[in-house]
Amino acid sequence: MSITRRRFLSWLGAAGLSTAVGNTANAASNRQFTGYPESNGVLFDNTRCIGCRKCEEGCNKVNELPQPDRAFSDLSVLDTKRRTTAKTYTIVNRYDDIRSNANGPMYRKVQCNHCLEPACASACFVRAFSKTETGAVIYDASVCVGCRYCMIACPFEIPTYEYDSAFTPRVMKCTMCYPRISKGLLPGCVEACPTEALTYGKREDLLRIGRERIRTFPERYVDYIYGENEMGGTSWLYISGAPFKEIGMREDLGITPAPKLTSGALSGVPIVVGLWPVLLTGIYAINKRKQKIEKDEKEQAVLSAVKNAEAEAEAKLADAMQKAEKEKAAAIEKAVAKALEEAAKAKEEVTVTDVEEADKKSTEEDS
Amino acid sequence: MSDEATTTSKSYLTPFNVIAGIIVVIGLFITALRFTKGLGAVTNLSDYNPWGIWIGFDLLVGVALAAGGYVTSAAVYIFGMKKYHSAVRPAILTGFLGYALVVIALNYDVGRPWRLPYPFLIQQGTTSLLFEVAACVALYLTVLFIEFSPAALEWLGIRKARSIVVRLTLLLTIFGVVLSTLHQSSLGALFLIAPAKLHPLWYSPYLPVFFFVSSIIAGLSMVIFEGTLSHRFFADKMDEEHLKEKDTVVLGFGKAASLVLAGYFIIKVIGVSEGNNWHLLGTSYGLWFLVEILGFVALPCYLYAIGVREKKLNLIKWTAAWTVLGIIVNRFNICLVAFNWHLPSSERYFPHWMEIGISVFLVTVGLIVYRFIVSRMPVLYTHPDYPDEH
Repeated sequence: MSITRRRFLSWLGAAGLSTAVGNTANAASNRQFTGYPESNGVLFDNTRCIGCRKCEEGCNKVNELPQPDRAFSDLSVLDTKRRTTAKTYTIVNRYDDIRSNANGPMYRKVQCNHCLEPACASACFVRAFSKTETGAVIYDASVCVGCRYCMIACPFEIPTYEYDSAFTPRVMKCTMCYPRISKGLLPGCVEACPTEALTYGKREDLLRIGRERIRTFPERYVDYIYGENEMGGTSWLYISGAPFKEIGMREDLGITPAPKLTSGALSGVPIVVGLWPVLLTGIYAINKRKQKIEKDEKEQAVLSAVKNAEAEAEAKLADAMQKAEKEKAAAIEKAVAKALEEAAKAKEEVTVTDVEEADKKSTEEDS
Repeated sequence: MSDEATTTSKSYLTPFNVIAGIIVVIGLFITALRFTKGLGAVTNLSDYNPWGIWIGFDLLVGVALAAGGYVTSAAVYIFGMKKYHSAVRPAILTGFLGYALVVIALNYDVGRPWRLPYPFLIQQGTTSLLFEVAACVALYLTVLFIEFSPAALEWLGIRKARSIVVRLTLLLTIFGVVLSTLHQSSLGALFLIAPAKLHPLWYSPYLPVFFFVSSIIAGLSMVIFEGTLSHRFFADKMDEEHLKEKDTVVLGFGKAASLVLAGYFIIKVIGVSEGNNWHLLGTSYGLWFLVEILGFVALPCYLYAIGVREKKLNLIKWTAAWTVLGIIVNRFNICLVAFNWHLPSSERYFPHWMEIGISVFLVTVGLIVYRFIVSRMPVLYTHPDYPDEH
């Protein structure tokens, strides 16, 4: 079948429109990733949890983790608070002094929460972590360098490390049983739970179920679904009969997804790369010019100083010459004056003699 | 003949050599243990505390204290302050050795060091600030190597290569400043991803700026500090220019350090205001925070200023040492003390003696190599065959 002109144009139009609209929409909005559509998660309802540790056992079995020192049936393990380790992807802790609940202890299951925008994946510099479309956050040991920045980054303190392995240490954490859920099976812990405290399903459905339970039994639950928004939202969700703080869950994590926390700093990188050379070359050029001007001015100053000195010397010389000439002229004048004076004197003398002679003559005549 | 032999063997048994020798032997022993038994055998690292002093000291402090290279070369070659020329080569050498040691230390710290090139060759995790740190440190180590190479080339008498490198000076300096700006700040930005774990007084969106500005302080102070030590131990290696400019460098760098410390103090106060964390100053962490910014920022700022104004060189030198200590305190606070502050004390980290052993071992190796180089290459003097340097 050939492509008609009309169809071609409609494709073109659609492509053009979607490009334009898509980009503008993205640029104008505060982009938000709300998780892969249809991705899965698990809802943990701690009002149904009896602390039997069957989930731990199920997890251990399906993930082929090493056998623990104490059997899973040994519930005295719950007397101490535990965390995930390189040998246990999930653990259950017991909380005895719940103020709001007189019905005895409450339990909380700990495992990877499979964030919608995982801190570990954002922090990893070899992209060993990925958020899959199933909802699971998985880890690829074949590229991991072992820097453990994922462990620094994780707000839930989930990833662990095989510190005792010299040659092939791995980061260990719950995978939401990725191999099993990909085949349509339930995660090990969910399958093992005898009380349906764990519900596996689409995250959207789980949120609806959680809300429904809270609505139906408002006196039984705290009106909050933990994980709906924490750190941008997690695939693992929690509803509880006690405030989350009292079952050891942090309420101060905020709703900012981890990648947003570092995006500002990262966006500064290209700006520095782009502008610093310009700025620095500019400073260099300004300084070079300043130094050149300084040098020129110095030269100019020396030159003009020499010139001044020369002119001064010349003026002095001329002055001296003039003075000398003046002196000479004065001397001549003086000499001339002297000569004239002498001449005049001589003349006078002559006249005086004449007078005297005349006087003599007249006296003689008188006598 | 036999007399000569005894004097030679005697001259090798200096206190420095003996102590350094012992440290190196212990260091090699721990190294063997680390690479055969794994991290667990020699460290106190845990699942709560994945980073210890090999990151807090060897990486964070190491990189900050190696900042003298870019600070000095920028001052001389970009800002045109030629009167500090004699400080460039020692600073670049220290920078180069510092970064080289940082990279060696990382080989101890990461689980599979032979995969360190993976982030560049196999898969690039460009959303990670650690990727930026790794890329910049790798590039800057190369830049420092090239920047330092003229000294080695003069020593080896390779004129042609040297003249090519010398012609690249400005380009290398600019490249060095760009890379240093990026990774010095990124080391602070590493912690931006963990607001829930770092104490609010130390956590700030300005962390990258704090790290960058304090690296300038670290660089300036290290040049003074290390120049003082060099003058004490290698005065015979210094030529007239170095001896003459020595005090000029101390005064000029002291003045600059005082100024930058003042700026740093102000932005630290802005940091507290930004998070509106004033009420936390009354807690025990708050007191420790005050010790840091009053004792290790405001105080040296004042002392530097007094020293410069009254030309008290000794005061400036002691202040430089104090400021270097302050940088160590700051980096330790962010990476170790104020990090994981919410955990009970039983879950907190304290270094294993073998972790400290490796850090001491690496610093000692640095000193040995520094001594080897300055006693052979034209670092503290201008090579007589290449007087055209400036």
